[in-house]
Amino acid sequence: MSAVFVWIETFDGQAVASSWEAVGVAKALAGDFGVPVTAIVMGGQAEAIAKEAGYYGADGAIVCDDATLADFRLEPYAALLSKLVSDEKPKAVVGVATNRGRELLASSATDTDSPFLSEAIEVSVSGDAVRAVRPAYAGKVLSAMSAKGDTIFVSVRGRAFPAPERNEGKDIAITTVDAVLAEDAITTKIDSFAVESGSVNLNDAAIIVSGGRGMANNPADAPADAEDAAVWKAQQGFADVIQPLADALGGAVGASRAAVDAGYIDYEHQVGQTGKNVNPDLYIACGISGAIQHQAGMRGSKIVVAINKDGDAPIFKLARYGIVGDLYEVVPALTAELKKRLG
Amino acid sequence: MRVITFTRSTPDTAAKVEANGSTVNWGDAALVVNPWDEYSLEEAIVQAKNTGGQATVIAIGNEMHNEALKHSLAMGVDEAVRVWDDGVDVTNGLQWATLAAAAVGKVDDAKLVIFGKESVDVGSDQHTYQLARKLGWTMLSYVSKILEIDEANGTIKVEKVLEQGKQVLVAQLPAVISVMKGINEPRYPSFIGIRKASKASIPVWGADELGVSLAVGGTTLEGYENLPARDITTEIIEGESAEEKARLLVDKLLEEKVL
Repeated sequence: MSAVFVWIETFDGQAVASSWEAVGVAKALAGDFGVPVTAIVMGGQAEAIAKEAGYYGADGAIVCDDATLADFRLEPYAALLSKLVSDEKPKAVVGVATNRGRELLASSATDTDSPFLSEAIEVSVSGDAVRAVRPAYAGKVLSAMSAKGDTIFVSVRGRAFPAPERNEGKDIAITTVDAVLAEDAITTKIDSFAVESGSVNLNDAAIIVSGGRGMANNPADAPADAEDAAVWKAQQGFADVIQPLADALGGAVGASRAAVDAGYIDYEHQVGQTGKNVNPDLYIACGISGAIQHQAGMRGSKIVVAINKDGDAPIFKLARYGIVGDLYEVVPALTAELKKRLG
Repeated sequence: MRVITFTRSTPDTAAKVEANGSTVNWGDAALVVNPWDEYSLEEAIVQAKNTGGQATVIAIGNEMHNEALKHSLAMGVDEAVRVWDDGVDVTNGLQWATLAAAAVGKVDDAKLVIFGKESVDVGSDQHTYQLARKLGWTMLSYVSKILEIDEANGTIKVEKVLEQGKQVLVAQLPAVISVMKGINEPRYPSFIGIRKASKASIPVWGADELGVSLAVGGTTLEGYENLPARDITTEIIEGESAEEKARLLVDKLLEEKVL
């Protein structure tokens, strides 16, 4: 019997939490097709993670914890997924469009000559086709694509679909399979991996606090030996003012392109057209004017708060709440208030 | 070593884009090279030079993509090619990858393809992976640094960025890589470069010439839709002091249940 496959991304022996959102989407598609959901888990602790996938709604699982799959590498992962797809002919293969999910699904879709609908924010079955809606032109418009075929690959944007409720009662059948590629057939070797712990990933964050050009207005005095006083002030502002607010909220730190290009903070934090597209529950924009390119990256946020000296800044048009004022006064006051109220 | 890079023209990032059925309008906004591709073009020029080779840029699409190809030539890429034919559907990833793979195959001695992280118009990077698989080459995505290219041993060493940190990988050539913003400082085209590029005639390769059949099924673009109108009433929090404003804002955020 055919199925809908859902790829459960793992890292360091644990499931990446956004994978449960993909289980929810797989479940909905499987319901329309009248088939069960099969979780595909590769890497360390695959069996324990497969069991967990059952708690979120998978009906069965195929696992492989071969040593070649311990860390994600595209070649061995895609080789195994493509083989499983060729053998089992699932109706659909679903995964979250994380860095790894994007490349694994696109690769396996190509290997198996299957259509691929990527970065969907809505997915539905209509007749024998799957239809998906996704953002295009950096989120300025939506595009609707449909796909027909024996197996349709679908990647879904993180936080676009709710994760199903966890129900620990359910035990599912787990099938173990062998890896397809032996180590000496894999042309990519991992030399080192510097894991950055403690930082919250922008794509997964429920709350994001971002700083922009206004970060340079830090009233603190730059040391005499600072190479560029404005850059020093802004960098210090991210560390002393933005980060503490993000920490108090359990959120991630973002930035505008202007702040990144000026050297105030690393590119990894950039939100916008040439940075990350985010859709948190709460987005707090501090000292960000709100250029159209920035808006493109954050307009999916549920609630936007703008803190800016300039009451005419375009960011206020997107904001549910605004405070016109100096971020260097308002943000520390907000952090103190939150610590008091949230404990 | 011959380095190939792909590019496309996109409306300027400041453009207002509106859905119009199966296409989009961007008014009189200028066409620019896909912003992510400035990094891949720079990297292709640098890597070709470092290995004593040349760089080729390819765009798949109609005449509008000559704009990006001319920008690439003006930056210093050695040659440009456009791939186009009646009936090409650039929104169909499998078809795109089939054409791209055939085009790469037509360029002698190519061992490295460099992409920008994604295309801002379609907002996708799937074509990079699809091309790598069609070619059967190693795929290295999200590259933040090329640490070494060892042509004698046929290997490439890169640093790549993942959600959880930075990884250093060694892989065999030939390879397809996608590069991040920040891997380099893209150069501005020189005046002489711009003049030279404006006179260049760009060859167009069709499906027959590439030996490719366009009959690949799969996905169909149904059309574009404008974003649902956002009905936002902005409430400006007033107060005597920053502390009072902060307190009132926290009240509101607790009511919204987003904390």
